[in-house]
Amino acid sequence: MEILQSLKRRQFLFEELVKRDFRKKYKRTILGMGWSILSPLLTLLVMKLVFTQFFGRTMAHYTIYLFCGNLLFHYYRESTSTGMSSLVNNASIFTKINIPKYLFLFSHNVAALINFSINIGIFFIFCLVDRIDFSWRFFLLFYPVVCFLIFNLGVGLVLSALYVFFRDVRYLYDVFTLLLMYLSAIFYSIESFPALYQKCFLLNPVFVYISYFRTVVLAGEVPGLLVHALCIGYALVAFGIGAYIYKKYNHQFLYYV
Amino acid sequence: MSDPVQEKRKVVIDCRDVSVRYLTGDFKSIGLKEYILRRIKGDYHVTEFWANRDVTFRLYAGDMLGIIGNNGAGKSTLLKAISKIMVPSHGTIKTRGRIAALLELTSGFDGDLTIRENTYLRGALLGYTRDFMDKKYDEIIRFAELENFQDHYFKQLSSGMRSRLAFAIASLVQSDILILDEVLAVGDGSFRQKSGDKLKQILSSGVTGILVSHSIRQVRALCDKVLWLHRGRQIAFSDDVGKICDDYMKFLQTKKLPEY
Repeated sequence: MEILQSLKRRQFLFEELVKRDFRKKYKRTILGMGWSILSPLLTLLVMKLVFTQFFGRTMAHYTIYLFCGNLLFHYYRESTSTGMSSLVNNASIFTKINIPKYLFLFSHNVAALINFSINIGIFFIFCLVDRIDFSWRFFLLFYPVVCFLIFNLGVGLVLSALYVFFRDVRYLYDVFTLLLMYLSAIFYSIESFPALYQKCFLLNPVFVYISYFRTVVLAGEVPGLLVHALCIGYALVAFGIGAYIYKKYNHQFLYYV
Repeated sequence: MSDPVQEKRKVVIDCRDVSVRYLTGDFKSIGLKEYILRRIKGDYHVTEFWANRDVTFRLYAGDMLGIIGNNGAGKSTLLKAISKIMVPSHGTIKTRGRIAALLELTSGFDGDLTIRENTYLRGALLGYTRDFMDKKYDEIIRFAELENFQDHYFKQLSSGMRSRLAFAIASLVQSDILILDEVLAVGDGSFRQKSGDKLKQILSSGVTGILVSHSIRQVRALCDKVLWLHRGRQIAFSDDVGKICDDYMKFLQTKKLPEY
């Protein structure tokens, strides 16, 4: 009974935090919400216009290929870079009231997750228009999505903690995500690289999740065991490190804010 | 000395030799690059100081403790340790029951949210349930005298209104331990009267309370035990509130600590 009560309280708190983040993020405008859906589509459009010349000629369904990459990368960037400020933004709360600090990050992530879901919907519409064969394999996509969610939460935990200690992490991270984008094979195919280089791409978690999507959607195949293992492995490692940092520094954050 | 009456009551807060370390220094909001540079040059200094040193006291159910001391005596740090926002570096703090800590009430509100939204958020932060908030919302607004401002943004409120709202939400708290940090004096004359009455009502409900206040008059009126801190050290802990307060007043004038 006591546990149920405290769970209910925690749920209420989480809902209120999510509502607050939404209200602040979109400033109560319809356009605010629309913009976060529009921006990945615009990126897609520009990439399509520019890169079709270079990479799209030899590839069937190049738009869908691009969309897979953009869809996942955009979610990654939104989730982690908004998550980064979750602790610092709520410093005035957690230095006064004893509540679990990860709730701030999780609530920041809800908005990104909702945008991601809407974008997946749009993605499927694109697939339909582009005459992609829908098969039972599409249900497998739940697996990378859940893993990716956990991975992003983990990265968010690490970044939000780092950001408390070092405020210039924001700029360094912006540079990092830009580089990561070029390394994630969003608009090019890795097949023109030597086999060894192709293996190296698997070191990039974001690429692994993207390639899972592409294997299912474009190739119509079930990805291999290695990719499955990497999906869950990266997620657990990232989340594990994040949880460890939060646990270890739980009572030290307040010195730095 | 064992007081037979107190022996029977439950120990609610038990602080033993509590020391809390506080860090200050160069580290605050320096960047990663700067941090690495300073580390290489050996120019990175973190100073620790003991915000609390060997503080020991015990409170029984229904006790009301007043904590007095100058600025920088470690009062707020001790409250944070008891409410588990900070952990003691040495010593132990045992508490029994739910704790509500009302520290610097007006901070933590969000200027871009309306009064209504802020009220619910604060309620959630203080550990209330949604049902409870739905039931009490009107009462809160009425108590804070903000009926006409419910859908205004919080940033539009005057500071008096802010503290009225903060107090109105916090005063609904139902906990076994209540920790109050300078929250008593809010609003103008009439509200001050009202909030004072409300507070007395809460305190008489059998809650165990800790009150930090610079108003010695208040400590005398409300507390049955007193803890005097000076630069982190415990000068006195006693249930002779009158004597300790007298000594403290004397100290404020002569700047000489009494010997106990």
